[in-house]
Parts: sequence; C-alpha cells; structure tokens
Amino acid sequence: MTAIEVRGLHKSYDGRKVVDGVSFEVGEGEIFGILGPNGAGKTTTVECVEGLRIPDGGSVRVCGYDPATQRDELTRVLGVQLQESELQAKLTVREALDLYASFYERPADRKEIAERLGLTPHLRARFAQLSGGQKQRLFIALALLGSPRVVVLDELTTGLDPRARREVWSLVESLRDAGVTVLLVTHFMEEAQRLCDRIAVLDRGRISALDTPGGLIGRTSAAKEISFDAGAPLDPEALRALPGAVSVATADGRTVVAGTEETVAAFVSLLAREGVMAGQLRVTDATLDDAYLDLTGTDR
Amino acid sequence: MSTSSPAVTVLRTEARLFGREPAALFWVMLSPTVLLVILGLIPSFREASDDLGGRRVIDVYVPVSVLFALIMAGLQAMPPVLSAYRERGILRRMSTTPVRPGTLLTAQLTLHGTSALLSSLLVITVGRLGFGVALPVNLVGYALALLLAVACTLSLGAAVCAVSRTQKIAAAVGGAVFFPSMFTAGVWVPVQSMPDTLQRIVEFSPFGAASEALDATASGGWPGWFSLGVMALWTVALIGASVRWFRWE
Repeated sequence: MTAIEVRGLHKSYDGRKVVDGVSFEVGEGEIFGILGPNGAGKTTTVECVEGLRIPDGGSVRVCGYDPATQRDELTRVLGVQLQESELQAKLTVREALDLYASFYERPADRKEIAERLGLTPHLRARFAQLSGGQKQRLFIALALLGSPRVVVLDELTTGLDPRARREVWSLVESLRDAGVTVLLVTHFMEEAQRLCDRIAVLDRGRISALDTPGGLIGRTSAAKEISFDAGAPLDPEALRALPGAVSVATADGRTVVAGTEETVAAFVSLLAREGVMAGQLRVTDATLDDAYLDLTGTDR
Repeated sequence: MSTSSPAVTVLRTEARLFGREPAALFWVMLSPTVLLVILGLIPSFREASDDLGGRRVIDVYVPVSVLFALIMAGLQAMPPVLSAYRERGILRRMSTTPVRPGTLLTAQLTLHGTSALLSSLLVITVGRLGFGVALPVNLVGYALALLLAVACTLSLGAAVCAVSRTQKIAAAVGGAVFFPSMFTAGVWVPVQSMPDTLQRIVEFSPFGAASEALDATASGGWPGWFSLGVMALWTVALIGASVRWFRWE
C-alpha cells in the first residue's frame, strides 16, 4: 500500500521555482530519504506533505488524505519533526510530553518514549535549559506521541553527538519494524545509507535520481576505487587506458584509480600480464557520498 | 496522566507558564493595587475635592487602577507572548497536530482576561477595605462595563500582535499604543478632571469610554449607550483587524 504519494509537485516563492515537478511514492513501512544540497527544495517538499504549505501544482496524498484540505484526518496519522521550531521557554519536558499527548485520541506511552529517547533524566528540565541534542530528542518524542502511521523527520540528527545519533537511528529502524512509514530529510550520507530503503536525490527542485542506496552507488561512474603504493612500475597511460577507468591520480605516495567493476578485473589481468607486484593493494566501494556528489554536481 | 480535553490542558499549561513569569505577574496582578495604595497614602487625596464634584481623588483612582490593570494584561503582557509563540514556531508546530493553534491563542486571551479581572477585583477590594471607597452601586452595570472593557483591551492587544511581524516590532507597537492608552484611561489626569473639550475627545477612545462607563456605574447609574457603543465598536473593529492581518508564521 502507498503511504505517501506526491505527483508533479510544484511550488514557487515570489516567482522563483523551488519545487519543480517532483513525484515519488513511499510504500507503507518504508524509510524514504530525501537528499540534496541546501536550497534544493527538500524542506518545501515535505512541508507540502505536512500540510504546512499549499502546492501551486500537482497532488499530494498521505494515507489517502490531501494535506491541503483534509487537515483533521491528516494530523491524526502524521507525526512531524520540523527543522526549526521551539517550544515555550519555561515549559518542562514532562509538561511538553503531557501537552502534546493530550492532542491525540490514542497517544503512545509517554514514559516509554521518554525512556527510549533518553529524556527520563530531564523530565523536570525546562525547554530553554536543554542542550541542542536534548531539544532534538524531545521533538522526535513529540513526533511519535500520536502513534502516527507516517512520520516526517526533517534534519533528524542535526545537533546530536555520534552516540545519540546511533541511538536515534536504531529508534527509526524500530519504527519501520513496527510498520510506520518514515520520510526522512537529511544531508548526512551515512544516515541515508544506513537507514533508507530508497532515496530521492533532489537538485534545484527536481529529482535527479531515485533508487536504493546500493543502486545509487552503483550508478556512479566511479563505483570502485583501486589504490596501491606508488612505487609499482606501472605506466600511468596503461592505467588510464583500463576499461571504465575514470581517473588516475597519485598523492601521498599512493596511486588511486577510480572506475568500475570492469576496471578492477582489467587491472588484475594487467598486473598478471606485466608480472608486477602492487604493494598495499586495496579495492574499495564508492560510498553514497561519492554517488551524491556525482548526482548533484556539487563538486563541479 | 491526564485525560482532559486538549483545550483544558493547553489552558492549564499556559496558566502554569504565566505563573513562572514573576515580572508579568507583578505588573498585571499587583502593580495596579500598588498604584492605588501609593496614591491613597497621600493625605490630601483622601479628602473631598470640589474639582471632582465632592469626591476624593482616591475614589476616582479606583476605576483608573482597574483600567491600568486591563492595560497591563492586554497591552503589556499579552502581545509579546503571542508574537513570540508565532516567531519561535510554536504555533506552526502545533498546526501539525489535531489541535488547531488557535487553541493556544484562545488560552492566552482567556488567561490575560481572567488575570485582568482578578487584578481589578483586588483593586476594588483594597480600595474598599483600605480607603473606604464605596463598592460600585450598580453591580450589573459595572460588570457589563468592565467585561466590555476587558474585551476591548484584549482585542487591542491582539491587533498589536497581528500587525507586528516580530516580537521586537510588537514591543515597539505595544509601547506606542501603551502611552495614549494610559493617558485616555486617566492614569495621569483622571478623565473626570480633564478640560471639557479634551474629555469629549477622550471619550471616543476605548479607555476614555471605559472610564466613563465605570464611573457612571460606580455611582449607581447605568453606563451610557454612547460609552458602551464606543467600546463595542472598537472591539469589533479591532477583532476584525486582528483576524484580517494575523499571520500564523
């Protein structure tokens, strides 16, 4: 079943196109990532899903509801963590949880959520006294309080330290295991690669690629990287001529050849043919980082 | 764990937060009574004055202090809170839940309206017990005038917030409205002591009209249709302006 359906979404601000024909579908229980550089239209897209903005064109459905016109139905099934928002400065964590729980007919167990997000020791702390990471965890807790079927998380782990980040990630994974659909806006590659079932890469208001993390990495022109000690007597020209080779570079005493699966195979036969030893030989997969840079052209 | 309705929980939460602002509490709940007590400690203000038609200054300053309480709650305390809630995304966050952010605004209006009334009650009580100021003779008329004055003040505060994009602008606009309000409420010179022409003009302002209405009922009469009408018109116009210009984000 489709949890979120976005078709031909358009949104402009003052005549400037921010979202320009974005379409995607998110299946129930899927973690769907939206990746992209700043200003690519990520937040605007999810704000249309959240009902905070009315699209200029196209259609959006969340669990079959139109966010623009069916607010009451939408808010009952949707949990939201906004990129930038605050709470009343002197509101305590416990009061915030009680307040937001009262908004829902069947709220989730506050104690359990607070425990899972490490908020239990801070229940009496006021919002203004919380650290950035604690605030972020509180907002994630508020997003989950209504036992939503769909959760939108915008810049989920910004401001969290590595340990807290990993804890939040495993929480998101457990949401998926419980059948909750997650729409995740991020610019953390590691986060997207670890969590997302599929990723849409947004660039200048359009989707430039939509695939699984593995699929996106496989698409890059340099999916594999071969590196070895620069001392090996190999002709750089011969390396450049390898099938699929994208680049050959030498730095810090190591030669790096970027290319594809085919390049690796050809490189191995080259070594055998020449009878050369390549010291400290290593073949590594490209990461989502490489794929992302390739797709959004932000390195150009 | 509470199971009460969202509106009640919002109101209770906002009331608790209000209790955590000692400065606002002082200015709204206590300062009007403090003003009255200070004036009441001046001996000559406790003597009948010919300028005031045989009444004492302290008699006139009870309704003035009541209006001062309204101004403090509706114009000084409320607008910065409302604009902060908008500016800091609190209303926006709430609009993604089943509860409409208007619930928060309603709670704020209720809270500041109630605190203005409680503060007024304190002023009247201290005036009676401390300085022997007679209680309003026409209670129904007085209550009517007071409630309309509260509605008018809150709508003025809401309009200030509606036309101000940020908390800083709200503070500036609030300040600009504050001084004319204090003047027309008679805080510096009681409306009843103003020169006739000035009095005629002041009666067209929300607080000038409120002052007239409270004064009339305190001495046993009914508030004039004119002063009630002026307050009602202001209230309707200001609510209209607030609804027209208020932005949720």
